[in-house]
This record gives sequence, C-alpha cells and structure tokens, in this order.
Amino acid sequence: MALAQQSRLSLREWVKSGEPFIWFNAAAVTISTIAVVGLLLLLATRGLGHFWPGTVYQFKYSQQGVEPQHLLAELVESESVAIEQLQASGMQIDIKTPFVRRDLLKLGNRDLLGHDFSWVLHPWLSDTQQPVDAMVLERREWGNFYGYLRQIKQNGAVIADSKTDDGTVWQTLQKQLESASKLHDAIATIEKKEIGTINYKLDQLRLDARKLELNKASLTDTQIAVKQERFESERMGLQEKYKGLQSNLENLYQQAGRDSLVAETADGRSVEIPLAKIVHAYRPNAMNVFQKIHFYFAKLWEFLTAEPREANTEGGIFPAIFGTVAMVMIMSIIVTPFGVIAAVYLREYAKQGLVTRIVRIAVNNLAGVPSIVYGMFGLGFFVYFLGANIDHAFFAAALPAPTFGTPGLLWASLTLALLTLPVVIVATEEGLSRIPRSLREGSLALGATKAETLWRVVLPMASPAMMTGLILAVARAAGEVAPLMLVGVVKLAPALPVDGNFPFVHLDRKFMHLGFHIYDVGFQSPNVEAARPLVYATALLLVIIIALLNFSAVALRNHLREKYRALEM
Amino acid sequence: MKEITMSSPSAASPAEITRLLSNGRRHWIRKVKDRLAAITITAGGMSVLFAILLIFFYLFYEILPLFRSASAEQVASYPITKLGDVGAPLLLAVEEQNEIAMRLDDSGKMVFFHTGSGEPIQTVAAPIPADVKISSFALESEQSQIIALGLSNGSALLLRHDYTAHYGDNGAREIVPSVVYPYGEQALSLDTPEALLAIAARSSDAGLLVIGATEGGKLVARKWEKHEDFLSGDTTTEEVTLHVPDVDIRPAHLLISPDQKWLYALAADGNYRVIDLLASNVVDSGRFFASGELTDARFLLGGISIMVASDHGELSQWFMVRKPDSAPQLTRIRSFSDSGTAVTQLAVEHRRKGFVTVDAKHQLQIYYATSQRRMLSVPTGEAPVRSLAFSPRANGLIYEDGSGELHFWSVANDHPEVSWSALWDKVWYENYPQPDYVWQSSSSNSDFEAKYSLMPLAFGTLKAALYAMAVAAPLSICGALFTAYFMSPVLRRKIKPLIELMAALPTVILGFLAGLWLAPVVEHNLPGIFFVLIFMPISVLLFALLWNQIPFAWRKWIPEGWQPLVLVPLVLLVTYACFALSAPVEHALFGGDLRSWMRREWDLDYSQRNALIVGIAMGFAVIPNIFSIAEDAIFSVPKHLSYGSLALGATPWQTLVGVVLPTASPGIFSALMIGLGRAVGETMIVLMAAGNTPIMDANIFEGMRTLSANIAVEIGETAVNSTHYRVLFLAAFVLFLFTFVLNTVAEAIRQRLRRRYSVI
Repeated sequence: MALAQQSRLSLREWVKSGEPFIWFNAAAVTISTIAVVGLLLLLATRGLGHFWPGTVYQFKYSQQGVEPQHLLAELVESESVAIEQLQASGMQIDIKTPFVRRDLLKLGNRDLLGHDFSWVLHPWLSDTQQPVDAMVLERREWGNFYGYLRQIKQNGAVIADSKTDDGTVWQTLQKQLESASKLHDAIATIEKKEIGTINYKLDQLRLDARKLELNKASLTDTQIAVKQERFESERMGLQEKYKGLQSNLENLYQQAGRDSLVAETADGRSVEIPLAKIVHAYRPNAMNVFQKIHFYFAKLWEFLTAEPREANTEGGIFPAIFGTVAMVMIMSIIVTPFGVIAAVYLREYAKQGLVTRIVRIAVNNLAGVPSIVYGMFGLGFFVYFLGANIDHAFFAAALPAPTFGTPGLLWASLTLALLTLPVVIVATEEGLSRIPRSLREGSLALGATKAETLWRVVLPMASPAMMTGLILAVARAAGEVAPLMLVGVVKLAPALPVDGNFPFVHLDRKFMHLGFHIYDVGFQSPNVEAARPLVYATALLLVIIIALLNFSAVALRNHLREKYRALEM
Repeated sequence: MKEITMSSPSAASPAEITRLLSNGRRHWIRKVKDRLAAITITAGGMSVLFAILLIFFYLFYEILPLFRSASAEQVASYPITKLGDVGAPLLLAVEEQNEIAMRLDDSGKMVFFHTGSGEPIQTVAAPIPADVKISSFALESEQSQIIALGLSNGSALLLRHDYTAHYGDNGAREIVPSVVYPYGEQALSLDTPEALLAIAARSSDAGLLVIGATEGGKLVARKWEKHEDFLSGDTTTEEVTLHVPDVDIRPAHLLISPDQKWLYALAADGNYRVIDLLASNVVDSGRFFASGELTDARFLLGGISIMVASDHGELSQWFMVRKPDSAPQLTRIRSFSDSGTAVTQLAVEHRRKGFVTVDAKHQLQIYYATSQRRMLSVPTGEAPVRSLAFSPRANGLIYEDGSGELHFWSVANDHPEVSWSALWDKVWYENYPQPDYVWQSSSSNSDFEAKYSLMPLAFGTLKAALYAMAVAAPLSICGALFTAYFMSPVLRRKIKPLIELMAALPTVILGFLAGLWLAPVVEHNLPGIFFVLIFMPISVLLFALLWNQIPFAWRKWIPEGWQPLVLVPLVLLVTYACFALSAPVEHALFGGDLRSWMRREWDLDYSQRNALIVGIAMGFAVIPNIFSIAEDAIFSVPKHLSYGSLALGATPWQTLVGVVLPTASPGIFSALMIGLGRAVGETMIVLMAAGNTPIMDANIFEGMRTLSANIAVEIGETAVNSTHYRVLFLAAFVLFLFTFVLNTVAEAIRQRLRRRYSVI
C-alpha cells in the first residue's frame, strides 16, 4: 500500500502512521472470529462427546477423617482449585501444595447414594483400575447404575450366575433384555396409542353429548333420544375395548416383571433390578473401538428419535424436534403469502411517496422490536381475545375448559409469523427491486396486463428472493424462544400435535420446542449436572439446523445474483 | 410471403365477428382479472400493514385502563324508614356479592337488607342488657367482619356478620345473612365498671386482645390467649389482664396492630401516643396536625398504615418507621388532600390499600394510598353523609346521609395501584425505612402492598445493555473498520459471513452457555478475565512494534490485509497465559480467593450470574448486528474519496480517520443504535445469565432483572386483566416504543447517508 510501510520506521513515525491502531483493529477481527469458532467448537465437542461410552474406573477414595470408600465411576472433568477455597467451604485438608486437582465423578446409583455426581480430590484417589466386567445400566428411573453383574433371575429363580460362568451371564442378560425391551415397547404402544385413542374418542363423545345438551331447543325429543342412545352405545363399545386392552396390559406387565438381575455395587452392596427398568446394559471397558462407534451412533439415533425420560434429562428429544418443525411449517404457510402480498403491494401497487417510505421504515423496524413484545401481543390478542371468542363461537361444548383460548400451536405459529413478517417483506421487496424495469416494460408492451406481468414475469423472477426471505424467517423462528414461552411451548407435551385421531393436526395443542428445551432442561431441571450434556447436544442440533438454513439462504441469494447478472448484460 | 388481408368492417364474415367478439370477451376477462388482482393485493397488503399497526394499538389498548380514573354511579336509594324503627348508624357493611347490606345502629340493632331495594331481610338485636348502652364501637378489621362494641358497663361484646350462599334446586343462589358471636353471646368483661369511650380489638391465632379507654381516661386491656394442646389438638383459652401504661391524652380512637405489638391511642385534638404492648411502655408521641381536630382514623388493609383525617381538611397516611439505630417512630408518609374542607367520613377498601372520604362540602373522593392517586371526586347530594362503607370487592359503596336516605353506588376502580409516580418515582412502601424504587409484584399473603416501580427494571435493562455495548462496540467497530478498509478481499469474503452467522445463533444457546459454562469459568478465573483485559492490548501493541522491527523480507510473507491471521496464535497464547496465571496470582495476592477479598476490601459483592457475564454474552450477540451495518457503511464510502486522500500523501490510517470515518460516521452511529436496540430487548440471555433479582446496583459483579426478562418470568403467574398483567403490558409497550424509536432514528440516518453517498 503506502511506501512508508516498506521500511522500518522510527517509533514516532510508526505511531504517527497509525500502524498500531491498524493492529488493534486487526486484533478485534481476530478476537471476534476466534469467539465464533470457539463457541461452535465448544458446542460440538461437548454436544457430541456425550454419546461416547466413557471408561469406567474403580477407585479407592480415602477421604480425610472418613473410612476409605470404593467408587465405580466415570470421570467427567477435572479442575485445579486453591486449597484456601476448599478450606473456606469447611473441608479438612492436610495437603500442603497450594493447588489441588479435583475430579468430578459420575457415580450414578442415585437411588442408593442420593446424588449421582460428586467432586473428589484427586490426591485421595488410589488403586485406580479399569475393571473389564464393570457394567453400566441405563435405567428408566434413577439414572445410570454402575456395578458388577452377579446373577440373573427369572420368577425369583437364578438362571445364570457369574460365579459359575461369567460369559453366559452377560449373554443371558443381553438376550433377556431384548425381550424385556420388546415387552416395554408393546406396553408403550397400548398405553400411548390404543388407550390414548380410546380416551380421545371418549372425550369427543363427552363433547358431543354436551353439544347436544346446548342445542336442546332446536331438536325434537325423539332426535335427542336417538342421539343419546347412539352416544351411549358408542361409549359402551369404547369402554368394552378399554377393558380388553387393560387385561392385555396386565398380562404384559406380569411378563415384564418376571426377569431381574442382581448386581453388586463398588462398595459391595447387592442390588436387584427388574429388567423392565433397564434401557441398555453395557460394559464400556470391555468394548473395542468399533463396538464403541456402533454404540455411539445407536445412542445418537436414540437421542434424535426417542422420547425424553426422567424430566427431560435423559432419553431423546424427538417431540421437541417434531414440535419445532411443525410450528415452523405452519408459520411458513402463514407468513409466505402475506409477506409476499405485502411486498408486492408496497413495491408494485402502492403509490410511491412519503407514506410508502414511512411504511417501509416501519416494517423494517419491526424486525428490531424485541421478540418478547410479540409474545405479549400474541398472548393478549391471539390467545385471550381471538381464542376466547373462537371458543365461545365454536367450542362452547368444552367450556369452561378452553380449546383455543389457551396457548397452543396455532397461536405460537401466528405469533412467529407476525414476528418474521418483516424479514419476508424486506427480502421479497429487495428481490422485486432487483428485477430490471426493461423486463416489466417489455411484458406490458406486448399487451400483457399488470397482473399477467406480475404473475408470469415478475414473481417467477423474484421467487428466489422470496425463498431467501422464507428461509431467513424459518431460521429466525426456529431459534426464537422468548415469545413461545408465552404462547404455547411447554416443557413436556402429553401428545404430539399430529396423530392418528381426526382431525389429525391438532392446532390447539401445546408443543415442545428445541430452544425452550434448552432453557428448561438447563435452568429448570432438578438435576442440572446430569442434564447438561444433553443440553449441549440439543444446542448443537439447533445450531446445525439454523446454520444449514442460513447457508442455503446465502447460496440462494448468490444464485439469484448470478441470474440477474446474466439478464443485465 | 403471405398476403395480409385487411378485412373492412363492412365485409366482415360472421366467423370474423365471433372471433372479434370472443376476443373482446377475453379481453374483458383479462381486464377483470387484472382489477381483481389489484384489489386482492391492495387489500392483502393493507391488511398486513394493518396487522402491524394493530400490535401498537393493542398494546396501547391493554395499558390504557391503568391510567383511567375511577367511576361511580348510583344504583339505588331508599329511606331508612324502610328498614323499620332504627337509630343513628354506627356501621354500614355490604357482603361479597353486593346483594345484601347490613346496618348497625347505636342501640345494637342490626338490619340486613337488599342493597337494590332496601327491603329488610332480617333484623337482629345484639344481646345487650337492658340498662346498658353502647358507648363505643370498632371493627376488628374489614376482612374479618368482626365488630367490637364497647358498653357502658365496662364490658365488650364481639360479633361477626356472616353470609352463606345456598343453592336452590333450580340453581338459583340465595345468600343468607347471620350474626355470629365468636367469643360468646356474653359480653367480655374488661375489669372496669366505667363506660368504654373507645375500644379496639384484635383477634389472631394467638388469641383475642381487647383494649378500651374508660371515662376516667385509663386504658384497660384484656387478652384471651389460645393454647393448643399438641397431642390432643384441643384449644383452651386463658384470660390475662395486660398492663397498659397510662397516657396523658384522652383517647378517642384506639388501634391495635395485627401482630398485637403496637397500640395507637389517638386523641380528638390530634395528639397520639404509640404504646409497645410487649414492653408495655410509650415509645412515641406527637401530633398529627398543626391545628384542627381529628375526625376519623382507620387502618388501611394489613393494619400497618393509619389514615387520619382532620376537620381542617388534612388527610394523611402514617406508619411506624424504624430508622437504623433508633426506636421506631410513627411517621407521616404522604398527604392526600389539604383543601381546607373538613373530612367528615373515612372508609377503607377490604382488599387493597384504597380508601374513600367525604368532606364537609359533601364531595365523595376515592383515593389509593401507595400510588397517592385521587381516583374519583363526585358530589353526593345536599345532606351530610353520616356513615359510609365499601363493599369487599370495592366495586360497591353504600352511604347514609343526614336526611335519612341510604344510597348504594356501583364503583368501577380496577387499577388504582398504578400512577406515573408509582411507576417511576421513589415510593415509601410499608415497612420500608425510606422511599425507594422497588419491584415486587406478588407475595404469599393477601394484604401485601404491590410494588410496581419500573425503575429497577429499566435500570437493569440499561445496565445490561450498556455492559453489552461496552463489550460489543469496540470489538465490532474496530473489526468493521479493519474488515472494510484494510482486509484483503479474499479474507473478507470468508470472515464477514462467519461473523454474520453469529447473528442467526439462537440467543437461548448464548444464554445457556453464559449461565452454565461462562459463569462458573469466570467465577473460577476472575483474575484471568482482568489479565486478558490488561494484557491483550499491551501484547498486541508489543507484537506490532516487533513486527515493525523484523526485516521486510520476512514481513512480506504475510501480505497486507492478513494481519488477523498472524494475530490468531498471539490471541490464543495470551488468553491461555492469562488464565494459566489466574490461579497462582489469586493465590499469591488475594489469599486464594479474589471474590472474598473484594468483599472484604472493597465491599463488593459477587454473584455468579452478573453483569459481566451478561455483558460478554449479550455483547457477543450484538457484535454481528453492529459489525454488519458498520462494515457496510464503511465499505460503501466511495473509493475515489480515499484514493484522493492517499494520492495527497496521507497514510492509510490518516485517510481512514480523516476521510472515511467522518463520511461513514452516521452509518456507524446507526449501527450502534440498532445494536443497543437489540441489547435492550434481548430476553433469553438475561433471563438465563443475569440472576433476575430486581436490584438497582451498578456493580458489575451483581445481577439485574430487565424489563424483558421480567415479562418472561412473571407473565405466567398473573391473572388476566389484573393490574400486574397490565403493568407487564406496559413494560412491553415501553420496550416496543424504545426500540422502535431507536431503530427509526437509525434507519432515517442510514437513508440520509445513502442519499449523500449517491451525490458524492
């Protein structure tokens, strides 16, 4: 650039040339970039690392003044702390170094110990081993179990014992677990799907009966009697079905309760655990790399497709993914036509003048209005005003229980549609303004009407811009949480918004959402330590989804520019 | 070439005509379609714009009732002769549903009647012996509906008017009044033969306390203590005589605080004495008014504040204030009216801190204590008002005037708790030593004084936003300067989208990382954070100096505009070194714990989720917004300007500072405004990383609660259309206006800038 830079400068000249300031500016870029990349790396390592089966260690922990304990645990993290800080918290320590390493162990066995994570001082750990037969059980309740497999029982009788043959015990366990998990699936299907459907139909019947009561005046007595009889017979039929399923269930439960295993914990306690309570059983120290990779992907798949367990701190996040996608799709269906029409109106039909300019600025600024304000609007206007009126007009039978007069999927989608409307309008307008005037004039000169020009020439050419706008809107909607907390998101939705019961899409239902899941599990969960890895994984998933959407928007925009470059020539 | 035949109109074949006609029809259809499209699009466009306007007007519509004054209108009026033969009124009361009222006269006769018609339902005479008269009376409290009658034989009778709802077969509701004697029909003796000229009663879980002032000016007190046997659950009552010190005034009113600790003795001339019943001594004495007689004195809801009225028109609120290192004193908190017209009647609301007065000019006025607001002032009529009462829900009002007419009014007074001063000024709340800004919207007990000061929230919002800007502004603007002006185009094409990608990062993720990862990291490495702040600029400066010293032949390996890449290892190294140094330095200088050292030496409290964390996390969220707009503004400064400057011999930095920056500065300013707007409205990050305590403390190591986080935290627990609900809408409206104005100004500046560039 400048000649002055080509040689060494005296300090005075150097400062005067502004070189140090340029370096400061460069440092700002560096810091910002490192922060972005670092954040993504942090999410990736913490989020993806969670599913890897960690080594299980056995320690002897000789805490000062306490009997030595045997621990069986995974190592979560280590840090160095000042002795003073530990002493300030009331610990008795005779270590002389100023700093001491502290390890966070995942001990599991919450039902036995009362806590499943524990900080221990590294110098007090001894006899570290990696026992090959250390077993990890993922349970449906109480979190993980760490211990050694001893026996497998069926109806109380021992069918395999580790004392006689260790290999067979493990194989028997895997085999029995497989059938136990099949039973569990069967039970879940009956409870969730079949009984759920019956409950839903019973509820509909109740509403129909109530509707009939409300409309009594407009019907003759015989009509009412006929209808009531029909309701009654349907109700009986459903109840009959329910009883059948109930006895089926009892049968299955009995079968499921048959098998159990006996395990020994690190401190020598013997514990019997029913197999029905176990999701997975594995011996991480006995696995080779390929087995671990297989296990890793199986866990990843479970994370993406299974339902959450244990107050969302374990299991999968499928309902949250589903809820996010459903909400975003409904929002897209609403926001696209309105956004495009508004943009076309502003650009093609409205008289260009001061008013249009003001409107344009206002629309632009709405993108900067805090999202929580939209949430308040959605709650007040959509839920309590529109929803309550809809209930009175169409769902009077269900009152006082609200149908649409309570936060739900529809209102969440509408609120976010309003929130993202400026994004679509601005992007579409930009696309419209890029279309050369000559093209429009050419079309009009050939005798096409304004509408035909719009439909055949302008809109197709602006479609990539609309897509860009839509994708950006979707990206914003997918990451927005604050307004959703007000208009329809819940920590645990009893049913998905889409199911097999008529009318299949239930817009009045509450739903789960990835972003809210992060907030809820990370901050409202009773066992934050256990939930944290899952939150990282969820956050990573959300970032990946949003980054993909954004990249595709950028790619579309570039594609669009290329297209116009060709036209302008 | 084909021959073109021009068909003359006269020689048109029928087929030709049909063709033309159909063409005409098609043309017509196309025209209609065109019109339809125009109408649809215009209507659609307008409706979208309307929807946007709707947001503004809806928020406005929700908060408007907060600032509306109350209204009242007469529903019914009837002469008291309808109730039968009754004496002068002691007390009027209305039950919950506003259907039945009760009138107690000076002979102890209670008449229950319909509020709408005045038809009597039931008349009950209090069991007072024939030769005994009622010499004084008091309400235990409005909510308990217990009345204490002081008798001329020195005893006290307690009774309660009670209402039960019965539902008939057809679902119709009927309310049946009754009189209950919670402490027996026999009057309780206060161990004095003299008539009680003033009486006060307090009933609590611990027992009943009755205090009377005798004709001789002595105070007599008696307590019926309840004792519950823990094993059997039986309660026994023990009668105790309480020693009350004599006072040097003749009490006309006695008031006992709900905890049975304070006794307030008020004389008709406005003198008062406060007695500590536990220590049994007079703790405070004084006078309410400089001149004038006390006309009435009542507890507000909760029994902490006393409202006193004088015949000189003074009306003021008093309560015990405990200043540090001094005994509690009865203190004047605020005055409501000094019109000079005597206040003759005073009645208080049952469930809020509101009250109503009538003055000598027969003007009825409804006030609210906390917000110091006069909600309503209406004339009552020609005759003076003799008795006055609110209904329990404060939606009805009954009074009797001197001409023997009873009037029942309906009152609409939904949101008296809010006023401009209650929202934005310091307010002296009950149990507080001095006026303060407090946000505390709800509590477990029902006589709670809601504290709706938006100041702590606005303060928190600005604090969070400013700390965020302190992090974001230097980084993003310096970064934008470099990226737009010095960076090589190849690198710029990579860096810019990367930083802009951050704008799309959901803030819930930033908030989660800030709260669960950054906060503990900062807490454990606090010195490291300061080291980074100190050593990062120094080391960049040293590195730049060193860079200048190394031979040009080496330097050229890194082309112009790639400096950020060179700095990557440096930044990483310095950060690592700072954090590695953190613990040893903390150990060596601060006794191993900087946080407790700061608390000891500087009196600085440290909470884990604090403004520093929020500043970093939210600064991070705002950087891409500012960066992107500022970079655009700098980059689009016409190149010939800087070329001109460079050609005249200015260095690139001089060109940047002297030419480019002044031209682009409005754009940079608007970028900052937009960044500030985003920081002000951001919810999730502050919700997760700020701790959410509504305190006003500029300390960087303390948390805060912002307007937006407050909405997210509290909207779930409010009743629809309650004052709290509407105040939250007000918070949203304030946020909306603030960001909208910021963004509009920024946008206007940007548009002007764009026009200016096009001229240059």
